[in-house]
Amino acid sequence: MAQDFRTSEGGLIDRSRPINFEFDGKSYQGYEGDTLASALLANGVHLMGRSFKYHRPRGILTAGSEEPNAIVELRTGARKEPNTRATTIELFDGLVAKSQNRWPSLSFDVMAINNLFSPLLSAGFYYKTFMWPVSFWTNVYEHVIRRAAGLGTASTEADPDHYEQCHEHCDVLVVGAGPAGLTAAVAAAERGARVIIADEHVQLGGSLNSEKLTVSGKPGADWAAEQTQKLVAMDNVHILNRTTVFGYYDHNVLAAIEKVSDHVAIPAAGKPRQRMWTLYPKQVVIASGATERPLIFGNNDKPGVMLASAARTYANQFGVKPGSRAIVATNNNDAYRTAIDLHNTGVRVVAVVDSRMNPDAPLAAELETLSIELITGKTVGAAEGGQHVRYAQLVSTQGITEEPQRIDCDLIAVSSGWNPNVHLHSQSGAKPVYDDEVFSFIPGQSRQVEVSVGAAKGSFGLQDCLNQGLAAGNEAAKLTGFKGRAKKAPKAGDDGIYSIEALWIAPTPYNKTYKQFVDQQHDTKASDVNLAAQEGYDSVELLKRYTTQGMGTDQGKTSNVNTLAILAGQRGDPIPDVGITTFRPPYVPVAMGVFAGHTVGYDFMPVRRTAIHDWNEKQGAVFIEAGLWLRARYYPQSAGESMYDCYVRETNNTRNNVAMVDVTTLGKIDIQGPDASEFLNRLYTNNWLKLPIGKARYGVMLREDGMVFDDGTTSRLGENHYFMTTTTANAAPVLSHMEYYHQTVWPELDVAFCSVTEQWTGIAVAGPNSRKLLEKVIDIDISNEAFPFMAVGECKMNNIPARLFRISFSGELAYELNVPADYGEQAWIELMEAGKEMGVTPYGTEPLGTMRIEKGHVAGSELDGRTTALDLGLEGMSNRDKHFIGKHNSQRPALLSDGRLQVVGLKSLEPGRNLRIGAHLVDDKVKLDSVSQSQGHVSATTYSPSLGYGIALGLLKDGASRHGEQIDAVFPLDNEKLRVEVCHPVFIDPKGELVRA
Amino acid sequence: MLRIECPWCGIRNEDEFSYGGDASVQRPSDDASEDEWYDYVYTRNNPAGDHTEHWQHVNGCRAWITVVRNTVTHQISSTAPASPHLPIGLKSVNKSKGAK
Repeated sequence: MAQDFRTSEGGLIDRSRPINFEFDGKSYQGYEGDTLASALLANGVHLMGRSFKYHRPRGILTAGSEEPNAIVELRTGARKEPNTRATTIELFDGLVAKSQNRWPSLSFDVMAINNLFSPLLSAGFYYKTFMWPVSFWTNVYEHVIRRAAGLGTASTEADPDHYEQCHEHCDVLVVGAGPAGLTAAVAAAERGARVIIADEHVQLGGSLNSEKLTVSGKPGADWAAEQTQKLVAMDNVHILNRTTVFGYYDHNVLAAIEKVSDHVAIPAAGKPRQRMWTLYPKQVVIASGATERPLIFGNNDKPGVMLASAARTYANQFGVKPGSRAIVATNNNDAYRTAIDLHNTGVRVVAVVDSRMNPDAPLAAELETLSIELITGKTVGAAEGGQHVRYAQLVSTQGITEEPQRIDCDLIAVSSGWNPNVHLHSQSGAKPVYDDEVFSFIPGQSRQVEVSVGAAKGSFGLQDCLNQGLAAGNEAAKLTGFKGRAKKAPKAGDDGIYSIEALWIAPTPYNKTYKQFVDQQHDTKASDVNLAAQEGYDSVELLKRYTTQGMGTDQGKTSNVNTLAILAGQRGDPIPDVGITTFRPPYVPVAMGVFAGHTVGYDFMPVRRTAIHDWNEKQGAVFIEAGLWLRARYYPQSAGESMYDCYVRETNNTRNNVAMVDVTTLGKIDIQGPDASEFLNRLYTNNWLKLPIGKARYGVMLREDGMVFDDGTTSRLGENHYFMTTTTANAAPVLSHMEYYHQTVWPELDVAFCSVTEQWTGIAVAGPNSRKLLEKVIDIDISNEAFPFMAVGECKMNNIPARLFRISFSGELAYELNVPADYGEQAWIELMEAGKEMGVTPYGTEPLGTMRIEKGHVAGSELDGRTTALDLGLEGMSNRDKHFIGKHNSQRPALLSDGRLQVVGLKSLEPGRNLRIGAHLVDDKVKLDSVSQSQGHVSATTYSPSLGYGIALGLLKDGASRHGEQIDAVFPLDNEKLRVEVCHPVFIDPKGELVRA
Repeated sequence: MLRIECPWCGIRNEDEFSYGGDASVQRPSDDASEDEWYDYVYTRNNPAGDHTEHWQHVNGCRAWITVVRNTVTHQISSTAPASPHLPIGLKSVNKSKGAK
């Protein structure tokens, strides 16, 4: 297909390499080196989308990442990406893009009727219009707003691509590779500093690639290519092209996104789509350039209105004529270059319209030689046309009332001056300051080790950029320890002088009402700014939120300064008094995927497996996640065996015979030292000084606020040697807790400890036949007399070194065997072998939980951080004659008074029905309509195979004194209600005779 | 992202550490009053300025350290091994700025 608006030569595109792409279902061709925007313009396509609120036709305003309008859906299916800027998408073969926010088609959009109802959609309209009745919010308003206003839609399929995260340290980070950045990077690198230079484009050079400027007597782009070669040749330089530094954080940490594979249809094998860089430079040179401001006039959003710099970028860099008949409207010298460059590209430039009375004489003379008319003291008051500009109405800027002057044109190139890109400077914590000469904000005092140079500092002259870049590069190298001889900056070709007179908003023709857009992406008009100010939202922070100006995906790059200048005008205050909102990361939209990086799906968290995991897997165990651990939940013996059948069978075999469970995941901490006993004595509520060697004891730890923190058994292995166990969930927090007290509160205690969770495999052998089983493999006497309840001993299991603990979580006669983890699987298999003849079975966490409820052991669901030892029936253990953590605060009056939730047992009174976890406990006096009438809740529930009915543990108001009472367990979400009896939490063997048998 | 200098391991990223709260509070003795114990657990200054606080190098050497961090600028002016008695000078910094 013909590229009617492409020049036959010139630019940085490769005409020998055509690229086919598709936009809104139509096929087009561009060239390598194009962006999607430049390729569409080459084909005469200007209409790119419909606006956010009014569905007005929109075209291409800019040629860079500041683009508010030309945002499209890129790619299809799982790789579809909404709201991508056509101006930054590198063209690739097979590219498919779609315009957004229009129905049924881009040129005929039904919702454009919003444009007629615009008085209803003014600033803050959603606070005013969509208020009442409340019931309309979810059913009507939300749908209306979602459908009418909005941008692209995300893919509902999973992203098939990979994202990567990298970290890099360097001496000097240079952000931006325009003339200033390139000079700085070369200077610092030549002195030996490790340099990273990042730029969002493929080719380094910045404005040198899009302007007709010369450096050292060469075309700017050639000079930039030379400098790039220099950098490539140096080992101490890392060039990050296609990389946008989007965040400047505390402690001089910056983040950047590298678009590794966005310029191809599908990433090459092994390549990520994007890469996130966390950068740790010692010095930062910000050479991020500047962004041009559009002029504010009537219908200034019409396709055909384009930033002056963008128009000449399309002409110079891409060999594209952005229009056929152009006018250039400006308030500064810079835009004259657009008229000249467009003229040289073959665009008919009808006039330069300069709002100033006294334009720059050399520029005026240059226009004259090119026969371009110069109109002064006027500006564009309004653009007219349907879906594209057809003519401009010129009005006086000098207050003269006159007939508007009509000029037919299809391109209005506009410039209201330049804003230095102070975003990173502001993000670093510094405050930009208003400068009267450039009529914009420039960097203020640095707060971190950064310096802005060139256009980013408000110095727009090319020689200034080169000089400042060189100086900053040298200085940054020096500050990081690299000195060298001073060199002269390269010589820039003459690019004139930048001078400007402010023009913040144009008068309208005949003073008629026009839509004058400040923020084109969010459809915020100058009148919205004025209305917000009238309604009292006259600070920048409030205005931004009320009008949503600057809150689009472009973050108001082209609209912020214009908006606050208009606000200042409305308030009658100088611009510095109005101030500017703080810039926040990210500078450009960054996909969530790159923040997630590797950590998605299976890689979201590491997986911890016990030594017995492979055996469990072979048995067909069903696993459950416990923190990072995978634990066997139950072991189906046949395909059809349900979880219920399994846990009943596994529980019964434990209670009646013998069964084994993998308890490796319990936290294990080895504690040694002369003060180990004293340390434990302070950690636990009960007494540890008199625990005999070879004995275990159950202990409860409190937090400093008096709530129960954790529980477990700790064994004394020697005079100065203990072995602590914690719950699975609290293994890490308990260790940190101990380290805190040991290092900060009681450093005088001579004790050392470390986690040995991974070093030992834990196997519990439980059931009336457990001793019989173990006697076959253990080399010490484990008769009840020699090895009573709570005994601990070293032994050998077959030939494996082991520790044996006679402790029980199930409530049966039981032992826990610990073997070094490397022997874990072997020990387990040998135990299974030894127990085969008596019918030993494995059991998982499901029967483990069942048996702990039957036995009334509290666990994580009762130790919820809000329960005291008293609430849990564990207060009797506390030894108040000694000091321990939480002792004082656990005795605060409110914690001792009536009305506390206390642990109770609950029995289902309806055969065949079990309690539901989370169900509320209510007595007969209350109705079901309010949770505030809840007297507690069910914390853990099971069917009890031993008792034959549903039981639970719960936390019930004053529960300890309510045993025998009948109440309801209700589950209002499902309208369920179950009659239950409150009882003692220990359902089985309350005297503990079984464990001592 | 804060960069915290562990006295043993050098400068490391914040995500290697976990925050441990105000380091200027002193744990009362066993016979202290109920009020003193209450204050120890619940009463905290919220200074706009230097704050002395505990961090643990939890994904590193596991040491608890005392960090003086400016709550306004995030600048860290010192890090030191934690101890029950604050290094001289740190405590007064917290108290003088804490009243703001």
